[in-house]
Amino acid sequence: MKKLLWYALLTAAAAVMLYPLLWLIGASLKSNDEIFSSAWFVPKHPDFSVYIGAWRTVTPYTMGHYFFNTFLIILPKTVFAEVSSVLVAYGFARFDFPLKKLCFALLMGTMFMPAIVTVMPMYLMWSRLGLLDTYIPLTLPALFAAEGSFVFMLIQFMKGVPREFDEAAKIDGCGALRTLFFVILPCIKPVAVSIAVFTFLWTMNDFLTPLIMISSVERYPLSLALRLSADSTGDGYEQNRVLAMSVIGLIPSVAVFGLAQKKFVSGITAGGLSG
Amino acid sequence: MKKRTYHNPVGVGKYMGLLLVSPFLIGFLLFTLYPFVSSFVLGMTDYDLIHEPKFSGLSNYGDMLGSKDFLQAMGVTLRYCLILVPLKLAVSMAVALLLDMELKAMGVFRTVFYVPSILGANLAVVIMWQFLFTSSGLADQLTGLLGLGHMSWYSDSRHAMAMIVLLRLWEFGSAMVIFLSALRDIPKEYHDAAKVDGCGSVRRFFAITLPLMKDVVFLNLILQTIAALQEFNAPYMITGGGPMKSTTTVGMLIYNEMFLYHDAGYANAVSWSLFVVITAVVLLLFRLTGRHREESI
Repeated sequence: MKKLLWYALLTAAAAVMLYPLLWLIGASLKSNDEIFSSAWFVPKHPDFSVYIGAWRTVTPYTMGHYFFNTFLIILPKTVFAEVSSVLVAYGFARFDFPLKKLCFALLMGTMFMPAIVTVMPMYLMWSRLGLLDTYIPLTLPALFAAEGSFVFMLIQFMKGVPREFDEAAKIDGCGALRTLFFVILPCIKPVAVSIAVFTFLWTMNDFLTPLIMISSVERYPLSLALRLSADSTGDGYEQNRVLAMSVIGLIPSVAVFGLAQKKFVSGITAGGLSG
Repeated sequence: MKKRTYHNPVGVGKYMGLLLVSPFLIGFLLFTLYPFVSSFVLGMTDYDLIHEPKFSGLSNYGDMLGSKDFLQAMGVTLRYCLILVPLKLAVSMAVALLLDMELKAMGVFRTVFYVPSILGANLAVVIMWQFLFTSSGLADQLTGLLGLGHMSWYSDSRHAMAMIVLLRLWEFGSAMVIFLSALRDIPKEYHDAAKVDGCGSVRRFFAITLPLMKDVVFLNLILQTIAALQEFNAPYMITGGGPMKSTTTVGMLIYNEMFLYHDAGYANAVSWSLFVVITAVVLLLFRLTGRHREESI
């Protein structure tokens, strides 16, 4: 009986959490009048044709174009982040070296460094290098283990791999790098998945960096394209179209999360990652 | 001076590790230290992004402290942080406690509560929020149903702030998972022993759970505080900083000064001040909780 009460409470809370998203999906299929007259999310006369217009967007390019742009950022960023974070974490987890304590303190420091302080000088730096309006400012920092939390998470997991494994590999003739690839990496696959998933989600969500660095609509990632559409649609008409664009824009994140969920949830907490 | 010995596997020199972490060190110099120093230097110049920066000493900082806009933005940011962070920690702790009970289908609930936070600052979510609170939007209709009457979320400064706080509160999932995993690490025996001694669930929470979780509570407190003090996306997209600049956070002020008014010197001075404020708040939190830096590796 008591259990039933808890379930009821949890279900009610879950409903409150999910309702805005359900409402978003429902409202995208409603007429503009109905959006503002009925609080219930199910549309009376669902009109799926709005999604054709939404895919075409109100800009000169389709949503497909913006998705492609976003993936052009995500792909190199993920590869860069994986390679650099794994190497750096390996260095911290398995080797002793001069100034190790200082280096680790710096790593922790970058995790707590507010992005707002560094973003403007970075803008000026990329501008001087003539690299504004390219994807280099968005992707290149990942090559240098820019995400301290990834390294931190990897270190925690690498320390969990028994050192005896390394020693056995050494006896079999593996050097440091081969030990990393053939012995340690297979043991920490879930973390590698987490890094890829978080890079994906964070890049999908990132707004400030592209807003500052990317200026031509042709190169806009999805987030900027959504903002452009929301702004240029304005009040009064075609609001279901903007809502439909938002629904489409959320699908990749939800899909990636759904697919990876089982594998990576264990990794989330280890590094104190926030979503 | 004592000579340090390095504990490495046989045949590995002391520079191997340094070589491996060198990408991070290079990145730190290029993407953290350089912008950090450069922001400080630019903060002491007049710079309009076109002409060369001119040294102007501390005049930007003087202007800033005398500026009503800056003081208001700082006030807005601190108030936002003070409202949001305690609420978010309380909600995420409460939900984590609920999810820690041994019931079936908890995985489903965990996912449901976590999803909003992974969508996080996604522009689509921000647009959705804008629609929810627009005149005769869902929130308006609901307050109508509850008999509270029409509320204008965008033109009342307290409601505008509430709208942004609600969005960020809705995304409590990331803090919740951290609490949840810490709860799982508390041995069940502690609770069983306390139950035998006749402790109720409230007493057990304060006597066992909370003391054992103090590190995680602190971690969440720091992470959420830093994020809140930097808030930019939500007010930028949802309220545009209005009404009457009542939701213009320092993050937004910096953006406006830099990219709307092209006053890069001033913008950098403000962002440095924000950095100082964030550091001060974090240090204060360390001090208040009686903690020193004790990370070891």
